[in-house]
This record gives sequence, C-alpha cells and structure tokens, in this order.
Amino acid sequence: MFLFFLTSGLFLGWSLGANDAANIFGSAVGSKMVRFSTAVIIASIFVIAGSVLQGSGAAHTLGKLGSVNAIGGAFTVALCAGFTVLWMTKLKLPVSTSQAIIGAIIGWNFYSGNPTDLNVLGRIVSTWVAGPILGGIFAVLLYLALKSFLSKTKIHLVKLDAYLKYALLIIGGFGAYSLGANNVANVVGVFVPSAPDIQIDFGFFNLDGIQLLFLAGGISIAVGIATYSKKVMMTVGSDLMSLSAESALVIVLSHSLVLFIFSSTSLSNALQSIGLPAIPLVPVSSSQAIVGAIMGIGFLKGGAGIEYKVLGRISIGWISTPIIAGLISFVSLFFMNNVFKLTVANEVLDKTKNITESIANHIISEPSGYINLFQPLLYAIIAILILAVILLTIKLFNNKEKLKNDQSEELIIKFESQEKLLKSELNKVNEDNAKLEKEIGFKRKEQMDIALNIINKNRFLEKLKTKIDKITNKPELNKEELTRLKKLIIDNLSLDKDRERFNIYVNELNRDFYFRLLSRYPNLTENEQRLCSLVRLNLSSKEMASILNISTKSVEVNRHRLRKKMFLKREENLTELIGKL
Amino acid sequence: MIKIFKTSKNVIVNIDEYFNNVELGILNFKQGVNHYLDGNATEFDNNLNKIIELEEKSDAIIRKIENDFYVHSLMPNYSSDILNLLERIDDIIDKIKDNVSQFDVEAPYFPEDLKNDFSKLVSLSVKSAENVVPAARVFFTSPNLVKDKLQKVIFYERETDKLATSIKRRLFKEMDFLKLSEKIHLRYFTLHIEEVSDKAKIVAKMLASMVIKIKM
Repeated sequence: MFLFFLTSGLFLGWSLGANDAANIFGSAVGSKMVRFSTAVIIASIFVIAGSVLQGSGAAHTLGKLGSVNAIGGAFTVALCAGFTVLWMTKLKLPVSTSQAIIGAIIGWNFYSGNPTDLNVLGRIVSTWVAGPILGGIFAVLLYLALKSFLSKTKIHLVKLDAYLKYALLIIGGFGAYSLGANNVANVVGVFVPSAPDIQIDFGFFNLDGIQLLFLAGGISIAVGIATYSKKVMMTVGSDLMSLSAESALVIVLSHSLVLFIFSSTSLSNALQSIGLPAIPLVPVSSSQAIVGAIMGIGFLKGGAGIEYKVLGRISIGWISTPIIAGLISFVSLFFMNNVFKLTVANEVLDKTKNITESIANHIISEPSGYINLFQPLLYAIIAILILAVILLTIKLFNNKEKLKNDQSEELIIKFESQEKLLKSELNKVNEDNAKLEKEIGFKRKEQMDIALNIINKNRFLEKLKTKIDKITNKPELNKEELTRLKKLIIDNLSLDKDRERFNIYVNELNRDFYFRLLSRYPNLTENEQRLCSLVRLNLSSKEMASILNISTKSVEVNRHRLRKKMFLKREENLTELIGKL
Repeated sequence: MIKIFKTSKNVIVNIDEYFNNVELGILNFKQGVNHYLDGNATEFDNNLNKIIELEEKSDAIIRKIENDFYVHSLMPNYSSDILNLLERIDDIIDKIKDNVSQFDVEAPYFPEDLKNDFSKLVSLSVKSAENVVPAARVFFTSPNLVKDKLQKVIFYERETDKLATSIKRRLFKEMDFLKLSEKIHLRYFTLHIEEVSDKAKIVAKMLASMVIKIKM
C-alpha cells in the first residue's frame, strides 16, 4: 500500500528529472558537445548518489515546516504539487517543484490544523530569493576567473574545446549530485514521516527505510532523465546556443554550487562550528538558480540580453506557485478525506477551525522569551548582497565603458599610425621607383647624345676630308703633309671607342627589347638586332650608316633583309612595328 | 571521449600545416610572377609546379580537418564558422594556382613600361594575403589580437585596388602602341592579381565577425 501511495512522489521525481536535468546537461547535449547517452549515465549515477548521501538535510527542513504524518496526506500533497507543476507549465507560467511542494505542505498544515512554523517558512522563502542571487554572484566571479585564466594561458581553441567537454561532464556530474541532494526532498520529503521502519542489508552497506525512500526518489529522477529529458535538453540547448561553451560551463557550475550549498549538512555544520549562522538546508529551484547565473553573466557583459520580464515572472512565481499549490492541496485533502475516506492526517483536527485561528495558534505557540535573530540577520545579509551586486555591477559597467573607450581610442591611434607608417613606406618605394625611372630616362638621353655626337663628329670629319681632298688637288701645296693629315682623319672616322661605349649602352638598355624581339623573331642575327635597336631610336639610314661605320646603301640592304626575315608586307612600316614591341 | 585529446592534437597540427602550405603558396606566387616578368621561364615553371603541389596538399589537409570536426563533434558552436574560414583561405591558394596557370597557358605580353607596376601590384596583393594568414593563426590562440593584424590586410587590399586602377588607366589611355586585344588581356591579368587581395579581404572580414562571435 505504501508503494502505491509513493507513486505520486515518484511521478513528481520523474517530471523533475525530465525537466531539471536539462539545466545541467542541456547546453552540452543540445550543442552536441556531450552525447545524450553519456549525459544520462553520468547524471543518473550522480543524482542517485546525491539523493542517498545528502538528501536528508533539505528533507529535514521540509519535515519541520509540516510533518505530513499520514501516508494518504503525503500522497495527496505530492500529487497536488505534481498537478500544480503540470498545470502551471501548461499555462506557461513560471513554476518550480520546490515552491509547489512547500505550498502543498502549507495547504496540508491548514487542512490538518497543524501549525506552520513561520520561522522555517521565512528561511525557505529567503532561500528562494537568495538562490538566483547567489547563482548570479557565483557566475560573475567564476566567469571573471575563467576569462582571466584563459587570456593568460592562450590555449588553442580546438584544445580548449576538448578541455571544456571534459569539464562539462565533470561539472555536470557535480550538478546532478547537487540536484539529487537538494531536490530529492521535493520528491519524497513528504513521505519521510510515513516511511516504513525497515533495514536492507546490501552486503557491504545497509540502507534504512528513509534512505531507501531517498534511493527510490533518486531512481525516479534518474528514470525521468533517461526517458524524457532528451527533448527538453535539445530545446534548452538551442536556447542557450548563443552562450559560449565557457559561459555554459560557468552557469552550470554556479547552479550546482547553489544547490550544493543549500543541501550540504557538512558545510552547514562547518559554518556553525566557526560561529557563523548555519545555512538553511532547503530545496531551491534549479531553474531559478540557472536563470540567476545567466543574468549574472548578462550583467557582466553590460546588461545585453537580459530579459527583465523573466525576473518579474520569477518573482511572481515565488508568490503564485505556493498559493496555487496550497489551495489545490487544501481542496484535494478535503475531497480525499470526505469522498474517499482516506486518512490524510493522523490527528485530524476540527475542520471548522479556520485559517486565521491556526496562524494565531501558531504565533501564540512561540515561546515568549525567545528572540529569533536568524531571520533578520539573513534578510540583512541578502539586502547587503543585493546592494553589493548592484554597486559592483554599476562599477563594473562604468569601468568597462571607460576601458572600452580607452581601448577604442588607443586602437584608432594605433591604426592611424600604422597606416601612416605603411603609407610612408609606400611613398618611399614610389620615390625610389621614380628615381630609377629618372635614371633610365637620363641614360636613354645620354645614349641619344652619344649617338648624335658620333653622327656630328662623322659629319665634321667628312667635311674636313672633302676640304683636304680639294687642297691636295692643288699642285703648290705640300702633298706629303696633307696626306698624313687625311690619314689621321680617316683613322679618327672609325671612332671605335665611342662606338663601343654606344654599343654597350644600347645593349644594356635594350636587353628587354632584345628578349621580346627574339621571342617573336628568333632567327635574327646580332647585327640585325642592333639595326632594330637603331630603328627603334628613329634614326635615318644615313645616321645608322654613320654609327655602324658602313655605307648608307648597306644599311638599306640590311633593312630590306630584316623586313624579309620579319615577314613584313609592303604596306607595313618597319619603324612602327619595332616601336610597338 | 578519451580519443578527443589525441584528435584535437591532430587537428591543431593539421591546421598549422595547412596555414604553412598557404603561406608557401603565396610566396611562390610572388616569386613566380616576378620570374615570368623577368623572362626566367625555368624558374617560373618550378614555382608553378610547387604551387600546384601545395594546392593539392592543402585540399587533402582541409578534407582531413573537416572529417575530424564532423566525426568527433569538435567545437560544435563554431565548427561551421571555422570550416568556412578554412575554405575561404583555401580560395586564396586556389586563386593563386589559377593565376599562375593562366600565366603559363596564356603567356601574356607585358610592355616594358608596365613591368615595374605589375611587379608592385603582385607585391601589394600578396602582402594582403600574407598578413591574413597570421591573423587566422592567431585567431585560434589569442582572438583578441586578430584585429591588430587585420588592419594591414585591409590597407594593402585598398592599395592594390588603387594601383590596379592606375595600371588599367595607363593601359587604355597611354599605351596606344598596344593592340586592343593585348590591352584587354593585360586588364584581365590585373584583375586576376587583384583578386588575390580580394580573397584575403573576405577572410579578414570573416575573421573580424568570428572574433565578435567568440567573445560573446
């Protein structure tokens, strides 16, 4: 019979596994960084381990809020919480299993007349607020630390991807452990007072009734993860796609830390041992911790991408979910008790007792000399934390803006100076080129000068020769002397030195021209090539004859031969063709 | 999962080798065109063969990298961007191979007055491509430094465009001794050389957007 009543809790566990596993492995599986099967194995093992080893802390707090002492009541409370979650999800309202179960327990308290411990309720509600805020703070600190580490280490992106894959798996395991430890109380917490007093020996360890209950809760969450979380993970994964793998890692770790802190008995005891207030061990909403962490990173990045509507909706959820769950629970308990005659509370109180009376009773039941300092202290810490976060965000934002402006100015100056440097380099190269071109022009001119010099000299000498001829024809002059003079002039006519110099210039300047000429007309002789270079200078046949020290007729003959070799038609101009080469 | 470190190491080695190939291809292109302009046919042939070999090797490496990315789901958020980037860099070496082949097959005639300008054009265009490869390299280790390197790519691309326009203007307005067919031929070669820097600019723009994406 106990197992039948437990099914409502197990159903709640199944839906919790199906939904909340996506908070841990959603981005990793959705982005295909981790395979779904690997995620399921890791999440299942760690969620069960967390439930059995550390699930009692949060369940104990729930027990303090309202110990549902009849199995029928526990069944109804769990069923109502499950129904509230289902209904509100369908209506697309923000909902958390933790808040639903608290509301349902309060509903039971009202129905059964059991006093609600406002001190415990205050602690629980304060953790709901503290959960997302702490998630945000952790995310900011972890993100800054990770970014600073990555910028210092300069890891190759591909290698970083491999590290991130492993980190996502390890942190996913930690997240699953924390989820099991913190949220198993939501699933089976209400059944703890009705747990059978049995003990099972597994050989090397023993499990009592309560631990078995947590084991069943853990298994139900694991079943939820294995059977139905893939679809949710894919949706969450695609929603978080805009987040980088580093951000996803930080978010999952922050969420896991929040869940772990609010479920770790040893951490709470350690704090108490050094004189600090104990951490309230309360089931907190996994989704809200995730949202808080995402918001934290959003704030850090300058507030871009933060949806303030979501914050508002979450705040409404803190109030609406417990109220709706409480109302449904109250009505259902009445229905179960009166229609199915199911015992929903062992000490059934007078149903006519109204709600106000029960609260009044509860307040009266507080010892008069007892001053509770925990609650104001917790509120003060939360207020200080909120203030610190706001101030830190403003400061960070201002610093970031200043840094951005400085950086952009620096970058502009740097780019400008770089551009100036490159331009000056280019100008220098251009100037060098211009100088070289000038030099070529000068050499070309020099070449022309030499050519003209040779021509003029030859003309002069020709004239001189003619005059001497005339003198020698006269009988009264000293013939011997004049003949010697004539010989000297004839010798000078060859002007070998000038010619050689000219030839060197021509060859040097026309090296490319000869290359092109030969590539088109490979059969040309050296003399023909030289003739082409003179044609290119646009010299007349007489001038060419003078330079080459041959007769004008020989130049004409050579030109004719050249035309033939170049396969020129009668109407084609040799000078024009060579000029185009 | 255990194999992931070995695979990532292989991918890193392959990416580095790929960049080395592209850089070598770019240098061979510059050398090859200059050899062609100087009339060193044998040296030009050597450069052509080397570029063909490097291009084939690059294609093989890129296929290997793609395969590793898909099979081992490496960097799922950025894999398509990274593979796209590598493909765009591959376009540079493809363009270089096409250009050198065109020089080999079409044997364009360059007038003496233009040779210097063409050599300068190749040098500027190649500088743009030369600067984009280190930018792509640094993207994988320090994305913050990419922007510094991209400035040079854009600058040289702009200078290439300017010089190409000036060459084309000179070709059509000042060089009357060239036939129209020769002018058009040279215009196409100006365009081909210019395209190398255009491809580098595409890679630079892609890198700039990827840096923004990876910083988010």
